[in-house]
Amino acid sequence: MRDVKSRIHHSSIMRSPRKRREAITFYLFISPWLLGFLFFTLGPMLLSLYSSFTDWDLLTSPVWVGLQNYSDAFADALFYQSLKVTAIYTLLYVPLDLLGGLMLALLVNARMRGVRFFRTVFYLPTVFSGVVFVVVWLWMLNPRGGLINLALSQIGIEGPRWLMDPDLALYSLVMMSFWGWGRSMVIFLAGLQTIPGELYEAAAIDGANGWQQFYKVTLPLLTPTIFFNLVLSVIFTFQTFTSAFVATDGGPLDSTLFLVLYIYRQAFQFLNMGYASALAWILFAIILVLTLIVVRSQRFWVFYLGEKAQ
Amino acid sequence: MNQVDSEPMIVQPRGWRKGLRYALLIFTALLFIAPAFWMLSSALKPNYEIFAIPPVWWPSSPRWENFRDALTALPFGRFALNTLLIAGFSIVGHLISCTLVAYAFARFDAPGKGFFFVLLLSTLMLPYPVTMVPLYIIYSRLGWVNSFLPLIVPAFFANAFYVFLLRQSFKQTPPDLEEAARIDGANTLQVLWHIVLPISTPALATVAIFTFQATWNDFLGPLIFLHDQSKYTLTLGLSFFRSSYDVNWAYLMASSLVISLPVILVFFLAQKAFIQGVGYTGSKI
Repeated sequence: MRDVKSRIHHSSIMRSPRKRREAITFYLFISPWLLGFLFFTLGPMLLSLYSSFTDWDLLTSPVWVGLQNYSDAFADALFYQSLKVTAIYTLLYVPLDLLGGLMLALLVNARMRGVRFFRTVFYLPTVFSGVVFVVVWLWMLNPRGGLINLALSQIGIEGPRWLMDPDLALYSLVMMSFWGWGRSMVIFLAGLQTIPGELYEAAAIDGANGWQQFYKVTLPLLTPTIFFNLVLSVIFTFQTFTSAFVATDGGPLDSTLFLVLYIYRQAFQFLNMGYASALAWILFAIILVLTLIVVRSQRFWVFYLGEKAQ
Repeated sequence: MNQVDSEPMIVQPRGWRKGLRYALLIFTALLFIAPAFWMLSSALKPNYEIFAIPPVWWPSSPRWENFRDALTALPFGRFALNTLLIAGFSIVGHLISCTLVAYAFARFDAPGKGFFFVLLLSTLMLPYPVTMVPLYIIYSRLGWVNSFLPLIVPAFFANAFYVFLLRQSFKQTPPDLEEAARIDGANTLQVLWHIVLPISTPALATVAIFTFQATWNDFLGPLIFLHDQSKYTLTLGLSFFRSSYDVNWAYLMASSLVISLPVILVFFLAQKAFIQGVGYTGSKI
């Protein structure tokens, strides 16, 4: 209602004093965010873009080097390593997180005694800080005193060295991430709540069994939720930092050198502010492209209720 | 709450299906509880049981002193105070700034409003590393590095996610009451304070709780901006503890548990508040 009204009166906004007062109030009220956007987002972005074209160690003034930092990056073996690590992790983590979250949501979306308890159990690990999460798993995966290898030894298997093994460290990080599936579970649960029950009744009348109902009703109607989860998950996973920093510090042998960890090192350990900024913009570009791909792919697989199927 | 009129579909399994579902639930729950169990069990072990062979699943005599010893090995009291200070100011900052901004987006018309709303939402996509380097440079010029200011001040300038959340909540409440109050001569701030905020407490509580969790658990921010140990937050202190040469796993687990208690507590309290909040808005409309 309000929006329609505002559109009709749009041309006369500045002529009506009431409208003008309202516009002034609007800008007054959003001024905290506007100022914050200028000082904490736009300003820093421009500074970052500028410094990505410079050589800058914070101690002396920046020296303009043009595209040098960017071309350096593409000849930097560690940059490729960090890109590879981040890509493999994202490629494994995101689908597992979606699948795991969906599985948990379907499991607890039942009218049964004790289901609330299980929901809490699955969700609770996500309230831990990243550092606590990682510290707990460092201990779980400790080759000598960790629960996993102790349990394996009970059935006569000598467990691997997990996070200390260069071939296994990255996959160990993927493995322990199941403990955080509760976050996407909650989003999927909310998605399941929006599916009208009568659709299932109709499907049942048509003779659809449980699996068919899942494939023909639940899954298509959950695609918007999957889409939402996928976008968020890709954006955040590409910025993984804490688990790499606390668990392995990028090692062993750079096998868990995530991109953001590499940027952090370049900036705050080597004080290569220019190079770090260039790497950050490359990260931004990758995230933008990935998000765009996911958003564009939407029309092939995301189904919105109330829209004509394509 | 949701846009659908009919009852959502919730499975009500019977017979063997019910048994199978319980079996799956219990098996998965055990996987999720195992790390927490190991954390507690290890936190209570005396040193010689930590690496004992054959393994000690539960300490023969729980050593509660571990908690005291772990928390005094580093000045965790100081870390807790620092964290509380940052969390408290961030909550106040977000509540004030996000409420004003969200109310403007929910209720006022102005040229350029649509553009600024899209701009606000698009900041959610910006990766933190892009701004973290220049922000460090700016803060170091301002002399803010190694103080709490970089972690507190931005909270007073709103956050896109919380603005969006509050705007949704404000838009769901009918404007009739606000208009009536305005006709009675109340100004916008009075309307906001006396009419809008009281019926929006669930949404405000959500913002406060999320902010508390986010600041309590933040790691990268404190890592970059806080240098002296006396300024450390809890997560930073824990990470420092973990990287010390002589890692004492019992102490590490004990301190991990203790510093997580507040967020666990808030989670259990908030669960109730959320449900009440949803019921409250539902009954009022």
